[in-house]
Amino acid sequence: MAETMAHAVAHHAPPQGFIRKYVFSIDHKVIGIQYTTLSLVAAFVGMALSWAMRIHLAWPDMRLPILGWLSPNGAPGGLMTPEYYLSLMTMHGTIMAFFVLTAAPFAGFGNFMLPIQVGAADMAFPRLNMASFWVTFTGFLLACATFFIPDGPPLSGWTAYAPLSAVGSVAGPGQGWGQNLWGLSIALFCVASLLGSLNFIVTVLDLRTKGLKMSRLPLSTWAWFIDAWVSLLAFAVLLPTCLLLVLDRLGGTSFFIPGGLVFNDQLQPHSGGSPLLFQHLFWFFGHPEVYIIILPAFGLVSHIMPTFIGKPLVGGWKVITFSEIAVGTLSFVVWGHHMFVSGMSPYMAMVFSVPTLFITIPSVIAVLVWVFSLYGANIRFDTPMLYSLGFISLFITGGIGGFFLAQPSTDSYLHATSFVVGHFHFTMGLSAIFATFAGFYYWFPKMFGRMMNEKLGKLHFWLSFIGVYCVFITMQLTGMSGAVRRYSALVDDFMVPLIPAYRFMTIAALLLGAAQFIFLYNVIWSRFKGPKAPDNPWGATTLEWDTTSPPPFDNFGGRQLVVHHGPMEYDGDESLMQTSPEPSIAGT
Amino acid sequence: MNPTELVVNEKLASIEPERKEHGIVMELSPYGVDKKKLGMWMFIVSDACTFAAFLFAYGYMRIGAPVWGTPFGPSSIANGVLMTAILLSSSLTMLAAVRASQADDRSSAKKWLGVTMLLGVIFAALHLREWFKLIGEGWRLFYNPTGGAAQFGATFFSVTGLHLTHVVTGVIALAFVVRGYSQRRYDQSHVETAGLYWHFVDLVWMFVFPLMYLMNAH
Amino acid sequence: MAGKIFAAIVVLVTLATAYCVIAHVWWMPVDISVHGPKIDQQLEETMLVAGLLFVAGQVVLAAFVFLYGGAKNRPKQIPGGAKYLVLFAFLIVGAEILALSFVGSKAWGAVYFEAPDPNSLHIDVQAGQFAYYFRYPGPDGTFGALHPELINEGNQNFFGIDTDHDPDAKDDIVTAEMAIPVNKPILLTLHSKDVGHSFDVRELRVQQDFVPGLIIPIHFTATQTGRFEIVCTQLCGLGHYNMKAYLSVLSQADYDDWLKKQAAMQ
Repeated sequence: MAETMAHAVAHHAPPQGFIRKYVFSIDHKVIGIQYTTLSLVAAFVGMALSWAMRIHLAWPDMRLPILGWLSPNGAPGGLMTPEYYLSLMTMHGTIMAFFVLTAAPFAGFGNFMLPIQVGAADMAFPRLNMASFWVTFTGFLLACATFFIPDGPPLSGWTAYAPLSAVGSVAGPGQGWGQNLWGLSIALFCVASLLGSLNFIVTVLDLRTKGLKMSRLPLSTWAWFIDAWVSLLAFAVLLPTCLLLVLDRLGGTSFFIPGGLVFNDQLQPHSGGSPLLFQHLFWFFGHPEVYIIILPAFGLVSHIMPTFIGKPLVGGWKVITFSEIAVGTLSFVVWGHHMFVSGMSPYMAMVFSVPTLFITIPSVIAVLVWVFSLYGANIRFDTPMLYSLGFISLFITGGIGGFFLAQPSTDSYLHATSFVVGHFHFTMGLSAIFATFAGFYYWFPKMFGRMMNEKLGKLHFWLSFIGVYCVFITMQLTGMSGAVRRYSALVDDFMVPLIPAYRFMTIAALLLGAAQFIFLYNVIWSRFKGPKAPDNPWGATTLEWDTTSPPPFDNFGGRQLVVHHGPMEYDGDESLMQTSPEPSIAGT
Repeated sequence: MNPTELVVNEKLASIEPERKEHGIVMELSPYGVDKKKLGMWMFIVSDACTFAAFLFAYGYMRIGAPVWGTPFGPSSIANGVLMTAILLSSSLTMLAAVRASQADDRSSAKKWLGVTMLLGVIFAALHLREWFKLIGEGWRLFYNPTGGAAQFGATFFSVTGLHLTHVVTGVIALAFVVRGYSQRRYDQSHVETAGLYWHFVDLVWMFVFPLMYLMNAH
Repeated sequence: MAGKIFAAIVVLVTLATAYCVIAHVWWMPVDISVHGPKIDQQLEETMLVAGLLFVAGQVVLAAFVFLYGGAKNRPKQIPGGAKYLVLFAFLIVGAEILALSFVGSKAWGAVYFEAPDPNSLHIDVQAGQFAYYFRYPGPDGTFGALHPELINEGNQNFFGIDTDHDPDAKDDIVTAEMAIPVNKPILLTLHSKDVGHSFDVRELRVQQDFVPGLIIPIHFTATQTGRFEIVCTQLCGLGHYNMKAYLSVLSQADYDDWLKKQAAMQ
């Protein structure tokens, strides 16, 4: 025993030197903070892009000098060209979907918290973990690099539909090296996600501390575990999709490019490829992707709520976890609902519609669990809880839109309208962002050892919550009148009357964005000036609160933890730390 | 740590001495395998999806093409059968290496690993010979000299290229394993993990060979 | 206090949303197609079902937050636990989605499962960056074959038809605007010359992508005369926002006149 301990200490002596400690660190906590920081930077970049787009939509004549400086071709004199609008839109989607929504709640918090929550000293493969982050970082740099090449970023949307994305510069500006870099950037992101998921799964299966049976896992760990599986299978398909796209562009192959295409009266040399193959491959990844984004959010909210309502979730760990497993599994058989009007067989549309509608059942169960857990509760409205409540409200609103888009008949009207854009911003965008905020306010004390300012946190919540509804409910409802998405200007007869609504959304979006600077200020101020955080400021029960804030290098200072029960056990009114051996009296 | 916990831990340590990480006793693994092997299994699951996507694209292209190239004559098929036999044998030698390492017969394990690597190199060489022959006949990623679908080259070179990359990576990985194993930094579990990968690459070939060669024989 | 503010915001948002939907602040334009009412009805039924779930969900959330915020009572679980919640999801939501699938399949089938009327007027539509072109078969009733290599915008050969050698192509009428007779079944064949596009006429309740390499048929019958926008809804490049054409639904007599004029202009 003594020998093993000595070995452990030798193995887990904190590294020395700035580079080993903070840059190329194998410590999962540093990597978690690196991911979170990367996502935060990416989120502000993505938000700035959305501001530029919204301003251009509402006031097309307004000059934005910073854009003129960034891209003299894309925005001469600060006036955005249509293709630059589409480029900004593409990069907004790409950066937000991959580098913010996929990275922050899964890789960011997951890396920091998952090993601690299972009582391990680190991830199963710390070096692989470090590699995941730096590959993601390189991917992000490549994505950002597209802004600084002469041709500008790609304009084919985050979905990069072929053949627009595959034929190269003949299809117009924004189809040169920007699209190649995009493909490589996403391919790198896939590799990093695969390595990360593998690491998460093995850590959960193999590194749980004594007594931490699967049934006793914290709900956030459960969600990351399920999410890692979905991610492992889905990104494994996006990777070859990106490679084939790049091969079409650089290798002259025709996987996604059919014959007989004519650009500028020139017949293209390709033949025999299929744009629908791209759509099938992309959406086979793309639909699980939205669940890859939202499942960690399910987990964060389910993990945070019991602490602030003073009781377990209805149905204990089982109901919520099984609905997450059901959602994750069904997500692989519904991808065709993105392709109802794509020319795919209309019979296939029916085949894909039914499981898509059925996925609402586990989703509804999850929502019911959260809402009805509030019944008879003793709710404490700290900022993490407010964000969790905001998440529930936004997820309900977003989920409702799913009923319309899951049916081919109604989707044939609503497809490609701003109804869709509003729907997915609610469901996977802002729901996930709100859950991420909940997690951020909840775990900040643990990650940095200081409390965040509650007043600013609440102000941030109220402004964000109202702002989100102003922007995206309007967006979704204008879609009912057929407002088409991805238009860089409102020139169609039926789009012109919508200009006041678009201006309202723009103003609301600018205010919503401005509110995020309160958050940024709060983060930076609290990081250095916030009051010192106690070990367990919220009265929570999971292992991350059974160590110092922030935790030592090996997480528990060499202590052997023994877990005696699940995360939602109570002794009378008092919640029980998972390591406390008292027999439970109440709870599930 | 209170005294009861210590007692519990020591008891556990005696039952499950290997379930420790950094000196901390872990909950039993549901599959009773160590993390390297489990990680390799996860990689295999994911990599299988990647190959499946490539093969799906191949099937999609092939079904959609009015005329498909069938460039492989008897000599190519014979070469393919030989490659298959070599790769299958390499799985057997890999198995021998794993067995030897489990019996702690290090010299024998190293010998069998060496034979496996040699077979992998021969496989890659034969594979490249096939490639160069096709390229010599005018086949390209984007060109079919027989006038059929250009997708033949695209799918053939990308699918077999991906597989070849796996074989070459496997040989390099085995070299690292042999080195670590000789220096006694690695134990039999590393050999076994490498073996898992090797068998997976072999298994993939069992799909690639009939789909890419036998179905394209004239 | 925070709970009460939260509940108030949620209720306000719910009411505002419900008002916008019920008052049709933004709504579908009046339908002008035979199959459209089925889609509209399906959309309205979905709106009823989903709208009720939305209002119920938000109001219950707001009510619980309002009632149980900062209560100093001993927390208790809802009677019956998760059992009734799961049952509700499976039975009520399950029944709803089965009903929606069943009824919805009819609306979908009306557009896609029925064969086009054999007497349909057949119009060939080609989309390219960033314009639509329409082709009428002319008196012989047959279209000339397409030769993509002949496409030349300079000499107005948008479809790539061989008017010199192909007798079928000689009388083909190519237009930049689409006109159809009212109450006449129409069959469109959609093909793209470059990237993906879409054929979307909101009033017709028709939206169908153009997919390069495929010829996609779609059929409908318009029931009202008028002039409507055909817009592109599939991202196709820099001019996407401005890619549109007009559809004129005319009386049979007006349509015949129009077609004659177009034929004279070829």
